[in-house]
Amino acid sequence: MNLMTRFTGRSAARLALATAMGGLAVLTPLGSVGAETTAPPFVPQPDSAISDDDFGQVIRLGERIFRDTGAEARAFVGNDLRCTNCHLDRGRLGHSAPLWAAYLVYPAYRAKNRHVNTFAERLQGCFRYSMNGKAPPLGDPVLVALETYAAFLAHGAPVGMKLPGQGYPKLAKPKGLDLAHGREVYAAKCALCHGGDGAGQASPDGTIVFPPLWGARSYNWGAGMSSVVNAAGFIKANMPLSQGNSLTDAEAWDVAAYIDSRERPQDPRFTGDLAATRKAHHDSPYDFYGQAVDGVTLGEGAPPAGTVPH
Amino acid sequence: MPACASCHGDSGGGNAEGGFPRLSGLAEDYLAHELDSFADGSRDHEIMGPIAQGLAPEERRALAVFYAGLRAPPPDGTPQPDDTAYDRGRMLAQTGEWTKALPACAQCHGPAGQGVGAAFPPLAGQPAAYLAAQLSAWKAGTRHNDPLGLMKGIADRLSDDDATAVAAYYAALPVTAIGGGR
Ligand code: HEC
Ligand code: HEC
Ligand code: HEC
Ligand code: HEC
Repeated sequence: MNLMTRFTGRSAARLALATAMGGLAVLTPLGSVGAETTAPPFVPQPDSAISDDDFGQVIRLGERIFRDTGAEARAFVGNDLRCTNCHLDRGRLGHSAPLWAAYLVYPAYRAKNRHVNTFAERLQGCFRYSMNGKAPPLGDPVLVALETYAAFLAHGAPVGMKLPGQGYPKLAKPKGLDLAHGREVYAAKCALCHGGDGAGQASPDGTIVFPPLWGARSYNWGAGMSSVVNAAGFIKANMPLSQGNSLTDAEAWDVAAYIDSRERPQDPRFTGDLAATRKAHHDSPYDFYGQAVDGVTLGEGAPPAGTVPH
Repeated sequence: MPACASCHGDSGGGNAEGGFPRLSGLAEDYLAHELDSFADGSRDHEIMGPIAQGLAPEERRALAVFYAGLRAPPPDGTPQPDDTAYDRGRMLAQTGEWTKALPACAQCHGPAGQGVGAAFPPLAGQPAAYLAAQLSAWKAGTRHNDPLGLMKGIADRLSDDDATAVAAYYAALPVTAIGGGR
């Protein structure tokens, strides 16, 4: 059965209704700059819309992988994170790089690897970098399930459009990054959950509840979150958990700089030459890889990349 | 001063009928923080306030150490909540309601409500009436001793029905996962 018969017109109807209710849906076509978006937020379908058949099974598998990545995609995960740790509410929440918005903007050209990436290839990168693991081969059931789950969430949304809530918010650039201030913010507002050493915390049965922000079990130096720009946007919108948008921009930038200037697993693209790897992949004032901070040259003593299986 | 055991049970296992919470196996620092809060009024309670004020700071710490080390048997016969409330309670506990900026309770209290570290107490197996009373106390402002004001924010976003449903869900979870049941 094809997608059209599989999915009902539910979300499209919802978008139309929301528009009729006063919110003028101004969407941004890809590639255009600066267009204002006044559309009501896109609402992905509820779980109850997942069909009770073989197709629905794959959507459910994708949802499970997204939520419990280490258990459901063990061979490809090298740290203690889950996809949903950075894409909140199982990939549904706007401004935390939701899956429904991501699904619409691929295939896309990415400067990171200088070619057009399909959605599946984008997902491979998440495993290699954010999960410090190994990319599942194209066509692997893990990628198929994740893509199917994303398509389910995106159902009814306009393909090729950049919807409000896509990605993480882009904060206005700061005058500078103040690591000492970042350390204070961290101690006051983050350490309660993520631990003074950034290693996160587990419940008595060993389940990781508060994910690690740096160290051997967190995202590696190639991950999007290791760029202070992404981390600041994510943190501003979503942290401390349940108190999104409570930090000032300066607090978000400085605490992001603080966590992204601690050691973490090596960039899998590391050539053996730190300066050359920095130049090739980290050449930005918002990236601490290869820089000396608190007497440590970051990347020099990094734990290994791609530690799989778990 | 009445013995703690007269309300909290012989080995600190609590009392579901009276709505007295279990103390056994809770983290020492959490228990000490709560006794200090009763004493300084940041957790305003007519019974526990005078009791905690009557204790010296060292006594409060000693009681926290004592109860943190106790192991009470699980309560006999966990309550069985009705189906619809249970489903709603489970949803709030395990998935959350992000359109209201409500993360899942499990994201701070652990997947089976068994608590995390010293700051996030277990909820599993605590009396439903006790759990619901805490949520109302945060809403009313009579309990304002929570780090970063986290629980105030959560409680304010729960309707009374939701608070009842999620309290019933946790009351029915087995305590065996926490120190208290072993
Ligand atoms: C450590 C945090 C983190 C984890 C864990 C993580 N991601 Fe991401 N993800 C990011 C960041 C940062 C971006 C880049 C967002 C941007 O460039 O705007 C991103 C981007 C994406 C995108 C593209 C979003 C868009 O709108 O273009 C997808 C799809 C995605 N991630 C899926 C996943 C999947 C699937 C997993 C689990 C296998 C995962 N992510 C795990 C942080 C994370
Ligand atoms: C109340 C507990 C709590 C507090 C306080 C908190 N976080 Fe988090 N944080 C979490 C949880 C839980 C997640 C995972 C969210 C999910 O899975 O839905 C998370 C996820 C993250 C992530 C992405 C996942 C990862 O491991 O990299 C970052 C980055 C982060 N937090 C940074 C911060 C910063 C910076 C602060 C302080 C400003 C902070 N957090 C405060 C609980 C907290
Ligand atoms: C007359 C009954 C009674 C006696 C005696 C009593 N308590 Fe309590 N205790 C309560 C009640 C009721 C609560 C719930 C308070 C609330 O709703 O905020 C409570 C709550 C507590 C809590 C908070 C538990 C939590 O999970 O946050 C602690 C700790 C505590 N009591 C310790 C003690 C100690 C130690 C003693 C003995 C010195 C004691 N109690 C004696 C009735 C009693
Ligand atoms: C963002 C983190 C966070 C989330 C999410 C959260 N809690 Fe809490 N909760 C806390 C903290 C911290 C405390 C301890 C407060 C203190 O120190 O007194 C607490 C304490 C409690 C207590 C008091 C327990 C006792 O023994 O007195 C109850 C009841 C409670 N939470 C219920 C809930 C429920 C129900 C939910 C979901 C609707 C929830 N919490 C979600 C952080 C959280």
